[in-house]
Amino acid sequence: MFNDIINYFLAPFQYSFFTNAFFASILVGMLCGTIGVYIVLRGMSYIGHGLSHAIFGGAAFAFVVFDQRPDSAGGTEDRTWSFYIAAGAWGFISAILISQIVRRFRITADAAIGIVTTASFAVGVALLSALKRFTRNLDASLFGNMFGLNNKDFMLLIAVTIVVLFVVFFFYRQLLFSTFDEETARVYGVPTQIVETFFSLVLAGMILAAMNLMGVTLIAAAIVVPPVIARLLTHQFHRMLLGSMLIGSVTAAFGVFISMKGDIPPSAGTVLLQTAIFIAVLVYTSVVHRREMFLNAHIA
Amino acid sequence: MATNVRLENVTCQYLSGQPVLDHVSLQIDPGQFVGILGPSGSGKTTLLKTILGLVRPVHGTVTVDRKQIGYVPQVETVNWDFPVSVRQVVLMGRTGILPWPSREDLRYAAEIMERLGIADLASRHIRALSGGQQQRVFLARAMAVRPSLLVLDEPTAGVDMRTQEDILHLLAGLNADGMTILMTTHDLNAAASHLPRIVCLNKQVIADGTPDQVFTAEILNATYRGNMMVVRHEGLIFVQERPHVHDYPGLPTAADLPPQRLNYDPTPVLLAPDAAKEIERV
Repeated sequence: MFNDIINYFLAPFQYSFFTNAFFASILVGMLCGTIGVYIVLRGMSYIGHGLSHAIFGGAAFAFVVFDQRPDSAGGTEDRTWSFYIAAGAWGFISAILISQIVRRFRITADAAIGIVTTASFAVGVALLSALKRFTRNLDASLFGNMFGLNNKDFMLLIAVTIVVLFVVFFFYRQLLFSTFDEETARVYGVPTQIVETFFSLVLAGMILAAMNLMGVTLIAAAIVVPPVIARLLTHQFHRMLLGSMLIGSVTAAFGVFISMKGDIPPSAGTVLLQTAIFIAVLVYTSVVHRREMFLNAHIA
Repeated sequence: MATNVRLENVTCQYLSGQPVLDHVSLQIDPGQFVGILGPSGSGKTTLLKTILGLVRPVHGTVTVDRKQIGYVPQVETVNWDFPVSVRQVVLMGRTGILPWPSREDLRYAAEIMERLGIADLASRHIRALSGGQQQRVFLARAMAVRPSLLVLDEPTAGVDMRTQEDILHLLAGLNADGMTILMTTHDLNAAASHLPRIVCLNKQVIADGTPDQVFTAEILNATYRGNMMVVRHEGLIFVQERPHVHDYPGLPTAADLPPQRLNYDPTPVLLAPDAAKEIERV
């Protein structure tokens, strides 16, 4: 009986594609959970959704530029890196545009996200329609392809994870201060302009690394749901950050199992699991809250 | 003594080109306690932000040593849902290179919280505080930078009268210890009884002087473009909006009120430009 349960969980690991997807999911879940905390607290929840669309535009652009001509050998040369660089630069420029529009004009973050990223997405759609080419690669960008990741995807993911953890750890106080109160942070000498730019860069890198795995359409939930669950459970920033990282990685790992057993995409499995946890926590916290109010009412 | 703050002919504009501050000159010397009065939209917050370096003037010069400024923003601009405790907010004032606060940071933050009477609230979430406590938390964060100039935006807004008294006494105490303080306020009566120097602002400096010099019907009417009444009684100054007569039964009618200046003169009454220099230094 006990062995059966262990076997149930261990069996899929005999396939290397599953093992790869499993570890990649943990990293992606943790990345989304970490960056998501800063995104949610800045009230920019939809930037993940928006930027993934913007990067899709960049991906289409890169695809058109780099894949137009067959290479000299007539075969399909692997252009993963040039693809990543072009799409990443596109995403970074979109993120910078959004933060500069919010900073300099009287346009709120949600509107700026809506304009910049949708326009960027539209460019991608226009380019692809004009050239009438839609390949598997871009199909994967839209819906995620956790089981099909290659070595370069994995390397990018690990590199971005290292950078994100480095930034979040070493700039912990600066990021916290400028997320909480950007203006006062500037008065107190925090280089908020540099922090913002760096954050945009990290964000674009994160979306780029996670996009092929989670998919353009589902990445927003993976960014928003774990921090919101963690926020419901604590009033402390560091606990929210650690909680969100943990929830993100654990749900992503289980999401891969669900997808294997239920034959649905891993990203969908992850997001559904996160949503279920969110509902459970929401019910739990409101019950606890009501109970406290009830008890306090009797004491008073 | 070094000058803490000097603004010369400072003009700030909205994006539309409409002026917020119009040729404002102001000098604040070390150890002064200055209140800025003016109606909403008169440029009070913009003036503070210009001094803080957050707003760049289109014209004029601002001289200020920004390394030593403590800033307390308006409470309504604070994100009260943010997951931070009182101690964490205070520690934001200690910007170090390490990702965690040093022993000295923790000791100094504890000392300030003790001094401001919020030591027992250190682990509380910022939402679980009263209005006066919220002000103290952000004052503590400002003091954590060991400032020589403290800039406060509406520190007495939205709190009850007793708390307002407490905050103003606390600031007077800090000022007595040598801290230069610049604050904005909407509360004329509190300003009249607590602040040694008052600047009336409505896009321009309308007047600058002691409460006794500034609190006249002419100056306040010019500042607020309204109809104010100043009552002086046994050395105290009270400002009151002139009662409007609505002819409700049982309330005073026009005939019962003291005579008023009905022909209100809208031209600003400016004190002599160097009136500020005549003010007794605290």
